[in-house]
Amino acid sequence: MTVSTGGTTGAATSSAPVAPRPTRRRGQRARTALEVLFFVGPALALFLVFVVWPIVKAVQFSLYRWKGFGPLQDFVGLDNFRNVLQNDVFVDAFTHNMVIVVLSILVQLPLGLAIALLLNRRMRGQGLLRTIIFVPYVLSEVIAGVVWFQLLQPQYGVADSLLDSVGLHGPEQGWLGTPDYALYTVFVVLTWKYLGLAVLLFLAGLQGIPDDVVEAAQMDGASWWQIQWRITIPLIGPTIRIWAFLSMIGSIQLFDMVWILTGGGPANSTTSMATFLVTEGTKRQNYGIAAAASVILFVVALVMALVYQLLVLRRDSHALAAGGLR
Amino acid sequence: MKRTPLIRALAVGATLSLVAACGSDGDESSDGKTTISWWHNSNNDPGKAYYEQVAKDFEADNPDVDIKIDAQLHEDMLTKLDAAFQSGDVPDIYMERGGGELADHVEAGLTRDLSESSADLISDIGGSVAGWQTDDKTYALPFSVGVVGFWYNTELFEQAGITEAPTTWDDMYAAIDQLKAAGIEPIAVGAGDGWPAAHYWYYFSVRECSEEVLTDAVTSLDFSDECFLRAGEDLEELIAAEPFNRGFLSTPAQEGPTSASGLLATGKVAMELQGHWEPGVMQGLTEDEQGLGDKTGWFAFPTVEGGEGDPTAALGGGDAWAVSADAPDEAVDFVNYLLSEEVQKGFAERDMGLPTIPAATGSVTDPALASLIEVRDSAPYVQLYFDTAFGASVGGAMNDTIELMFAGEATPEDIVEATQTAADAEK
Repeated sequence: MTVSTGGTTGAATSSAPVAPRPTRRRGQRARTALEVLFFVGPALALFLVFVVWPIVKAVQFSLYRWKGFGPLQDFVGLDNFRNVLQNDVFVDAFTHNMVIVVLSILVQLPLGLAIALLLNRRMRGQGLLRTIIFVPYVLSEVIAGVVWFQLLQPQYGVADSLLDSVGLHGPEQGWLGTPDYALYTVFVVLTWKYLGLAVLLFLAGLQGIPDDVVEAAQMDGASWWQIQWRITIPLIGPTIRIWAFLSMIGSIQLFDMVWILTGGGPANSTTSMATFLVTEGTKRQNYGIAAAASVILFVVALVMALVYQLLVLRRDSHALAAGGLR
Repeated sequence: MKRTPLIRALAVGATLSLVAACGSDGDESSDGKTTISWWHNSNNDPGKAYYEQVAKDFEADNPDVDIKIDAQLHEDMLTKLDAAFQSGDVPDIYMERGGGELADHVEAGLTRDLSESSADLISDIGGSVAGWQTDDKTYALPFSVGVVGFWYNTELFEQAGITEAPTTWDDMYAAIDQLKAAGIEPIAVGAGDGWPAAHYWYYFSVRECSEEVLTDAVTSLDFSDECFLRAGEDLEELIAAEPFNRGFLSTPAQEGPTSASGLLATGKVAMELQGHWEPGVMQGLTEDEQGLGDKTGWFAFPTVEGGEGDPTAALGGGDAWAVSADAPDEAVDFVNYLLSEEVQKGFAERDMGLPTIPAATGSVTDPALASLIEVRDSAPYVQLYFDTAFGASVGGAMNDTIELMFAGEATPEDIVEATQTAADAEK
């Protein structure tokens, strides 16, 4: 905004004599630079102090064996990285993250789309239904986690009581206590929590589809299914791709829900990369190893984000830029 | 010109932030008094009020000392202490749990050597101080040391027809069968938190291993002795008997009514292996704040046949006052005062813990705590919790593998191997 204002002023004064122009330009430019600095400065300072600096420090810590206090002096090179990558718990944690990434897209995408398409039709109670679907997303993750933790208690929890009352029995150790089920139980809770966001985004995308396209298709005799499949869903493609990106990054950084529901247990069956590094760092005081794990997590997230950006999202931004120029 | 107001705004902003930065700097006492900062976790009465009174009494006798108390919730205190150790800005007086953790702080030069300045008290306290010593020097003074044992519900034991508390593991297995036959879940364990499950392996090791082996292990970090394997086998046998509450793998130790302590407090299970804090925890988990009340019973970890450990040895731990390396000398005087007979008696009378100065142990009023003191003082030695003794890194690896054994995914060999691997990384 500031820059364009400067530009127009410059254009307006272009009829002024030639000689004073350079100085005025220079003054303008300095002023513009100062204004940019003024507006960008605070955000940039925050970004440097709270994002860039911690990353730099994490990389530094990852090269040392360090207990969290005292001077950094035990330089171990890449030992921490070797340690992390050879650690079965970390490899499992990485696998768990990937399972959640894949499951989220496989399960939440069709489910979210179906609900969004349903809620996009005129019907009674539409507003109420939209709210109900969206409420879990607004809840704080910790609160949702604690509530589900209580619901899923073995024997005394609501889930098991309900099952018991219809003659079924939950697993002996409970849903969160059985290593084979725990990760999927966590995933169910995550889906409950984050489906609302998918539905909301898809609905917003659906609202943006012009009626005339749909009407034209109807005139040509397309069925409701054909319209959704051939027109609506392709048209909200960019929204779906953005949602998948958000979902993927969220799944890689998964922490809160696991921490509250299982703490990574039982028998490390639900650890995520983030819970691994917190456990290594704050509980075992292996800050070097934790830092190495955090660097690996950062690289994994960055690579996935960049690849996704290059392969999938670039089409959308190109289309957007082209649309903007037109 | 429009530039001026902009620069002025920037200047004002910069000045404000400078002023704000200066505002937080207030450690130095203005009236020439020496300020001592003291962090403790007695954030409820009677403990909180008692410590305020103790500080006032000390200030009255030492007019040039000003004690700044910071009573915090236990978990908050641990987090803030970690941050304090990282920044090096450690409170003058704080709590140490001993063992490997303290040794690390000593190595980093954060903690003051109290061996000479508190020599008399150290000899008064006796054997309990061992957990807070490294290289024959004492770095903190334990003011409360307790032991771990089985807390049980006397009513449920009666209901199952158990007349005497088990003393051997044969008795224990019989009791477990009786309880099961009566439809009562025998034991609650908060394996979700790791350490309550790990206590079983620690205690089996205390029973299976001789004192020398355990003492050596703390310094040499060598776990090759057969007795550690036997401890794992004992634990495997216990887990195979399925005495634990349903869902124990995800049960937390002491948060909420469905935690292990909550299950015991509300009469859902018959017993739990826990530390000396259990009655207090149970009181907080019941609506009438009575916990198990007069149904509370306690017995020592049963003896293992053929074990090399002393059958009366105990597993335990406690809290000690430590003085940070750069604290004023008055802080040491105050810590000595905290361990004085007078203060320890007041501490005992309010049932704040298990006092360590012999002259004060008789002042404990709670019968459960009084009986624990008896057990503690008649034990030939109190083995510090392994995870504390060996430090967070080795302890964490150890606890993790023991938890895996509870889930049926680790063998006795795995526990020793994982522990040894983590220990070798420390050397």
